[in-house]
Amino acid sequence: MIQSYLHEFFFGYFPYLCLSVCLVATIIRYDREQYTWKADSSMLLRSRGMVIASNLFHVGILFLFLGHAVGLLTPHAVYEPFISAPQKAFLAMTAGGIAGIVCLLGMSWLLYRRLFDPRIRATSKPMDTVVLVLLYLQLLLGLGTIPFSARSPDGSSMMALANWAQYILTFRSGAADLIVHEPWVFKTHIVLGLLIIGLFPFTRLVHMLSGLTAPVRYLIRSGFQIARKRG
Amino acid sequence: MKIRAQIGKVLNLDKCIGCHTCSVTCKNVWTSRAGTEYAWFNNVESKPGVGYPVDWENQTRWNGGWTRLKNGGIRPKSGHKLWLLAKLFANPDLPRIDDYYEPFTFDYDHLQKAPEVSTPPTARMRSAITGERMEKPLWGPNWEEILGGEFEKRSRDSNFEGIQKAIYGQFEHTFMMYLPRLCEHCLNPACVAACPSGAIYKREEDGIVLIDQEKCRGWRMCVSACPYKKIYFNWQSGKSEKCTFCYARIENGDPTVCSETCVGRIRYLGVLLYDADRIREMASVEDEQDLYQAQLDMFLDPHDPKVIAQALRDGVPHSWLEAAKRSPVYKMALDWKVAFPLHPEYRTLPMVWYIPPLSPVQSAFEAGQIPASHDGILPDVNSLRIPVRYLANLLTAGREAPVVGALERMIAMRMVMRNKTVNNVSSDPILEAAGLTEATVSDMYRIMALAAYEDRFVVPTNHTEYSGPTPFDEELAFARRSERGLAFGNRESEGQTRASLFGSPTHANTMSGRPPPSTGRRN
Repeated sequence: MIQSYLHEFFFGYFPYLCLSVCLVATIIRYDREQYTWKADSSMLLRSRGMVIASNLFHVGILFLFLGHAVGLLTPHAVYEPFISAPQKAFLAMTAGGIAGIVCLLGMSWLLYRRLFDPRIRATSKPMDTVVLVLLYLQLLLGLGTIPFSARSPDGSSMMALANWAQYILTFRSGAADLIVHEPWVFKTHIVLGLLIIGLFPFTRLVHMLSGLTAPVRYLIRSGFQIARKRG
Repeated sequence: MKIRAQIGKVLNLDKCIGCHTCSVTCKNVWTSRAGTEYAWFNNVESKPGVGYPVDWENQTRWNGGWTRLKNGGIRPKSGHKLWLLAKLFANPDLPRIDDYYEPFTFDYDHLQKAPEVSTPPTARMRSAITGERMEKPLWGPNWEEILGGEFEKRSRDSNFEGIQKAIYGQFEHTFMMYLPRLCEHCLNPACVAACPSGAIYKREEDGIVLIDQEKCRGWRMCVSACPYKKIYFNWQSGKSEKCTFCYARIENGDPTVCSETCVGRIRYLGVLLYDADRIREMASVEDEQDLYQAQLDMFLDPHDPKVIAQALRDGVPHSWLEAAKRSPVYKMALDWKVAFPLHPEYRTLPMVWYIPPLSPVQSAFEAGQIPASHDGILPDVNSLRIPVRYLANLLTAGREAPVVGALERMIAMRMVMRNKTVNNVSSDPILEAAGLTEATVSDMYRIMALAAYEDRFVVPTNHTEYSGPTPFDEELAFARRSERGLAFGNRESEGQTRASLFGSPTHANTMSGRPPPSTGRRN
């Protein structure tokens, strides 16, 4: 009884809670707290290994992020003519696995220096450490799903999870029921992922929105210089 | 032609005594805060030396400034836009804080609380970042003060290029000079070009380059792109900060803090008019030794009626044009040609210029007299203790003739004034040799030697009412009237959107005579 209630809460309601907090708080922070909106780099204080580690981490995690977005949210009917579900499951496991390893290598160094480098430790705000630890656990869980995915090479597990995500985002009822029988590791991965989404506006992660928009504006900015008029 | 005005600056190195008052007053006003302990918007370095941050002039290491392309264009030396964006995750050209110095404080408390001991208690160093014990500082804003350290290390100074430098390590041949440094408020700033967020901008009205702290996302590309290394990353706020040219004082018609407090009276502030349409063309001239002349060519004569008419059309206030006519910076840079830009080869068209220092004559103690140059009248500047090539590497991308000319004019001024006030003899041959007139010399003497406050600083006040499309925009003049400290919500911070999630004002200021919003029922 309590188990089915919890399942319904975490996979039926919790997603909306986290997405709403993420959306509203992000907008408010952007509107009211521009000064706090930043990448918060610590490279000035300790740059050792950062060129490699930070690039591995960012490239890896961006690939994973896009992979999840495309993989989970593309309706089956759209990709079916090009790739079958088992093939897609295989692709997801290998590509995701490689990107996961790349990200893990980079993030291990980032986590190590955040926890053990005196300068980085001293200048870490609590949320900097929390979000990095959560992301690290999330990555390990994500890599941990690969053996479980391999148990359903027909892609049924992947299909169920994608359906769940699409049900959630399209406000259809019964989303939680779709993944009742999925292994615990998927469920934990989802809950932790939703938690990270909910925490997003309260962490330095907000810089990724600027990281998506600033380069575009930079590239279309005519020339290099900016003069600002009075007033 | 698009005429813009800028408050330019000249530092007369011939008079700098290296007292660091500029650095200290600047620091007290601007960077005595958490995260900026290591930052000196103004610092004074002893030259020759590698400076602060270490080796800042070595652009093969930091990739600062601009580079000229084969097709005649220019781009930031750190890379074209895509390559620059590729370095967003980790900027390989970023200096480490240790290249400046690890900020520190002392255990002052220990001086009061130490138990009775046989030796006086000492306050030892602690890192301001980690709080850990530090044994000693390893670098600083003027680490090579008065030639501190070994010549071997100091001689890595890149201004020694093209000089047989070994000889200057010998005691008899050693030389030194001070170089106060601040943001150059360039006409072609590389920091602005490198900022992906567009947070750095050059103000149209006075040319001051500022970082919008609200828009800065801390990508740090500006820190490495600035060839003068005058943008500092605040490790507490996560934003880049830089010299603001004390814009709040400049707007009020006051000199910057560093200029105001300069004990040696070496700093000058004045308006320069330039043609903004020629920036790109002039920054990309082929031979980097021509950059100094190119920048001179951009400046416009404030006495020319055509320039005045165009400037008024382009929105330069009348008071600024009047100030431009009296600008000491214009006189020193263009009339007398004794001031030069710092490292023009970076192609940023810097706007803080330097008068090269005279120095004792190298061989005087051997020869017993000052060797004369080819015409036998003016002393040979090549016999001065500071090698001309060194000054040229610093100020004219290595071209010696302009520096030689400036030094000759400065020597001539001294000789003429000495003849006039001490020897009471005619100076006509000297004036002729130096190509000066007596009137020019006395003007030079008044401004460079006497350097009265009102001659050093000719700073017009800013005019908000000129911000709009018309010369006098009443709306703008009154829009923010009486708002200081009482503005609506976040409005006082620039870069905020006016529309707010939590309610914007419904009425603009009606104190200027502007009608309140209509309800449709007015009669």
